[in-house]
Amino acid sequence: MVSIVFLVAAAIAVISALFVVVPRNPTTNLLSLVVMFFAMAAIFAILGMDFLAAIQIIVYSGAILVLFLFVIMLLNIRRVEAFGSGRPIQALLGTLVAAGIGGIVLVIAGLLLPVAGGVLPGAVDLGTAIPIGRALMSTHLFAFEFITLLLVAAIVGAFYLGKREEE
Amino acid sequence: MWADLAVIGVKLVFGLVVLLTTVPIMVWVERRGSALIQDRLGPNRVGPFGLFQPVIDVVKLLTKEVITPAGVKPLLYILAPVIAVVIALSTFIAIPIGKDTGLEVFGHPVDGLIVAPDLNIGLLYIFAISSLAVYSVLLAGWSSDNKYALLGGIRASAQAISYELAMTISIVGVLMTAGSLHLQQIVDAQGGVWMGFLPHWNIFPQFIGAITFVVAVFAETNRLPFDLPEADSELVAGYHTEYSSIRFAAFYMSEYLHMTVASALITVLFLGGWNLPWIDIPFSGWPGALLAMAVFSIKVAMLLWFFVWVRWTLPRFRYDQLMALGWKVMIPLAVLNFLWVGVAMSLGYM
Repeated sequence: MVSIVFLVAAAIAVISALFVVVPRNPTTNLLSLVVMFFAMAAIFAILGMDFLAAIQIIVYSGAILVLFLFVIMLLNIRRVEAFGSGRPIQALLGTLVAAGIGGIVLVIAGLLLPVAGGVLPGAVDLGTAIPIGRALMSTHLFAFEFITLLLVAAIVGAFYLGKREEE
Repeated sequence: MWADLAVIGVKLVFGLVVLLTTVPIMVWVERRGSALIQDRLGPNRVGPFGLFQPVIDVVKLLTKEVITPAGVKPLLYILAPVIAVVIALSTFIAIPIGKDTGLEVFGHPVDGLIVAPDLNIGLLYIFAISSLAVYSVLLAGWSSDNKYALLGGIRASAQAISYELAMTISIVGVLMTAGSLHLQQIVDAQGGVWMGFLPHWNIFPQFIGAITFVVAVFAETNRLPFDLPEADSELVAGYHTEYSSIRFAAFYMSEYLHMTVASALITVLFLGGWNLPWIDIPFSGWPGALLAMAVFSIKVAMLLWFFVWVRWTLPRFRYDQLMALGWKVMIPLAVLNFLWVGVAMSLGYM
């Protein structure tokens, strides 16, 4: 049962990921990305990571992609350049990098998964909000605080750049 | 396994029937209520007190011609009202309408009639699904190929993003005092009294949080004074200008469904769910379960009337006022509530 749900979700994720990059219509790309995030959330939920599944939808589908859609509609972008057109070297490099990452993921999955019985070691205990909150506030406190500082710096920087262009 | 699926199915059907029944009732309440507030008669011809008016309205909407204007983007144009209804309905499964009194039907626990009782992330699930409601408005506005509709959609997206932040921050206090995302545990944490004489409902210790949450919910449901996405006097009908017949009915219905879910959420988070003030009822067996459901329903009904009352009392915000309120007032207030809860908890007042 679980593996059937996983296979369906994974298939949807891969197909919609293709639809994110291949079609020329930006709205189609964006809506496929929403579908892909849903499929990813389903996969997280199957792995027992309810919290990550919810956060995935709230942050990406609910906030960031709405902003993207907002910009696409506001600027009324009708079409983007065709897939892989114009810049052959970049296209080649991108394909190589994607293939490399895919290969690494396959190797890691092949090495780890048969040992741990289908689930990555340590993943089961991290599912709900409480262990994630504990980990963020104890083990990873420095990284957590540092990222908030980074975000503040990014906001101030974006604000400064936006103001400067206005003048 | 099939028996479990059947139990879930029965609960789903029950929940859907309850939720969908509120729609015609609320349409009637809104029309008669607005007439009461504006010193008019309102619909009073069909049935006693015009009670069958919603039935006639539904028949009218269903039998009208479905018009697809030229120039729309067909797939998205049809998908938008579908998304609206699906999202409004699916938030409902995590809301506890009754207390889990250990009842069993044919060996299967009733769990207070919640469809998904084991959902540990209950509240986050509701926020995750309801944050997608803006897609229906945006897509409807954009795919209609109409400038008023597009303006409505763009306004809706900016409004939803601004008020979602305040809404999420204002419930952090509730989560801190309850120590759980589980809606049943949030309600259980609100039993008893606070400071010796007040009911221990979150609205009393966290008054600011409750106010910010209610205002943000009004903005999220696109009700007046925050109905800028459809602002009749400037945008015709906003994002659903080009919709007719059943497709329009879907948008209309989703607004009332969102209102009902929002009222249920306010009840659970701030008004103590099924707890009665000062009276500590030992909820047990069928009478206890039914009493809990009755208390919950009465609170939700009063909040629904509050939605109608506010709509026919307040004028609409201007767009810049809306944005200023969202970013400069609501978010600081929500953070203030969160700080107050933290301080009060560490000093032992909560």
